[in-house]
Amino acid sequence: MPYNCIVLVKQVPDTAHITGQAMKEDGTVNRAALPAIFNPEDLNALEMALQVRERHGGRVTVLTMGPPRAAEILREALYRGADQVILLSDKRFAGSDTLATSYALKCAVEHVGDYDIVFCGRQAIDGDTAQVGPQVAEKLGIPQITYAESIEALEAQYIVAWRAFPRGREKVRCSLPCLLTVVGSANQPRPPSARRMMAYKLAATPLEYAALLEQYNEFESAAALDAYLAERGLQIPLWDADDVGADTTWLGLGGSPTKVLKVDFVVVERQESKELPATGEGTTILVRELIDEYIL
Amino acid sequence: MTQDVWVFIEQEEGTITDVSLELLSKGRSLGDELGGRVCALLLGHRIDHLAQTAIHQGADVVLLADHPELARYRTLPYARVATDLVRERQPAIFLLGATPTGRDLAPRIASAVRAGLTADCTELKIGSFTHRGETYEQLLYQIRPAFGGNVVATIVNPHMHPQMATVRPGVMRRGEPDTARRGAVERIAPQFAPGDLALQVLERQMWPPLCDLTGASIVVAGGAGVGSRENFQRLYELARVLGGEVGASRAAVDAGFVEPERQVGQTGVTVRPRLYIACGISGAVQHRAGMDQAGTIIAINSDPNAPIFDIAHYKIVGDLNQVIPQMIRSYRENAK
Repeated sequence: MPYNCIVLVKQVPDTAHITGQAMKEDGTVNRAALPAIFNPEDLNALEMALQVRERHGGRVTVLTMGPPRAAEILREALYRGADQVILLSDKRFAGSDTLATSYALKCAVEHVGDYDIVFCGRQAIDGDTAQVGPQVAEKLGIPQITYAESIEALEAQYIVAWRAFPRGREKVRCSLPCLLTVVGSANQPRPPSARRMMAYKLAATPLEYAALLEQYNEFESAAALDAYLAERGLQIPLWDADDVGADTTWLGLGGSPTKVLKVDFVVVERQESKELPATGEGTTILVRELIDEYIL
Repeated sequence: MTQDVWVFIEQEEGTITDVSLELLSKGRSLGDELGGRVCALLLGHRIDHLAQTAIHQGADVVLLADHPELARYRTLPYARVATDLVRERQPAIFLLGATPTGRDLAPRIASAVRAGLTADCTELKIGSFTHRGETYEQLLYQIRPAFGGNVVATIVNPHMHPQMATVRPGVMRRGEPDTARRGAVERIAPQFAPGDLALQVLERQMWPPLCDLTGASIVVAGGAGVGSRENFQRLYELARVLGGEVGASRAAVDAGFVEPERQVGQTGVTVRPRLYIACGISGAVQHRAGMDQAGTIIAINSDPNAPIFDIAHYKIVGDLNQVIPQMIRSYRENAK
């Protein structure tokens, strides 16, 4: 039996490769200096959803909430095999913490409708909170399977999955619909397909039309471009808060209980240190001193 | 709203996890500062004997829910009990360990009661916050590293309560239990909806811990500079001779020199040993976040400019393949 999957993904700054310019003098993060990437564990979530479709049929819809630029990862999702992608973008989402974000995503998932499994990465590398998945599940009123590593079986209205922990694993059986957060060890995400890259290169949200019109002068107007994209299934839907029926008091800074009081750049206080030579004599001085001070 | 501080007690096979005991100690000091009670939220089956442990560690009240459906942790039944209690009793602060269980449960509760939640805190304090001309007193400062450990953010939740946070294991100091302490145990009768039991655990395999880094008083840690799995054997030998554990930086784990379980740092474990010996570790913020509270730090590195030297008490510039065996010899000659 086919299963409809929705994958929630996020474009994140590449925090694993932070360089000097990434931090401003005042200790804030210079996002512009960081490359933006597909959150790694969200790729594992997408791969798991694609495998469900290959085995059982159904659709894979990829949804991201973010600025206009986040359409980049939606195209990447199309290259890797997604059936449909949606950008959830609205200035009123700006400043949302995990609670407000999960509310917006919940509204969008319900607007997609008719889903069996929602997939998320375990956590995003910019915040490492791992909160949005469970919060979306709670708002949808469905069970969650966090740290999902593999799906053993899908049988009618049930899923059997393995959860991975640092020191063990657990097999669970859960009714559908449910939400899974997927760990990095789950699978090896497939690379973008060259054929699909050709096919979806022009896929765009309306927010990107201006740039496309500049690049391709054969289109006389935005309407002409829109018609061209529509004919080929290359329109990426853009949804705002009103489209998904969100109560705007629950969004953005106003809908976010957490406030950032301050952000400090990590300043290392230099330690008074004793340098010892890399010889037997040096290590003997060291060891004796440590023994005298009851450290060894 | 009360001024009470709640701590979720994570128990595994009838034993309270270390992080919960650490949080009770921290909760005690926060509760004293706020003038509120410390409540331990203890869920499980046949766990009565743990209530006194929680009281000795600082709890004034233990909210005890004993039910067969709570025997093993599952998100929905646990979230049901905790959410109902939070709604009814309105604590000011609710703390959970940033463990796989705590990180699964906390967001579920926070979403249901619409509370702010900060993940993976490394420090908690009480302070004030001024926003749009209004000052809020006695708020919980939730302090956590962000952006790969490059910054430290202080988060507050001025409007919506409780103020929720998960806290990294090994960060808060666990006080000595006081067996003379007395407290109240209040039994809770859980009410489950059919949907709360949607998930069943069919099978569980847990393997014994490879190491106990957080409990070790001496940690010998290696980084990319160790160079190979074979060279890491020298660190194991030093750790064995000194009676310590072997830790590693993320670079060493990524290179496959050691198991991920040994990783110290922002995305690994936080350690606070008496002695930390950093071998071939450059000292990225990511790593320092997990070990800079060690009592004494020795750094051995062939690069004299490695940032790890900035926080070391003793520095040795040299090849660890020579320095470590020398250190073992020196120890054997001098130890009594």
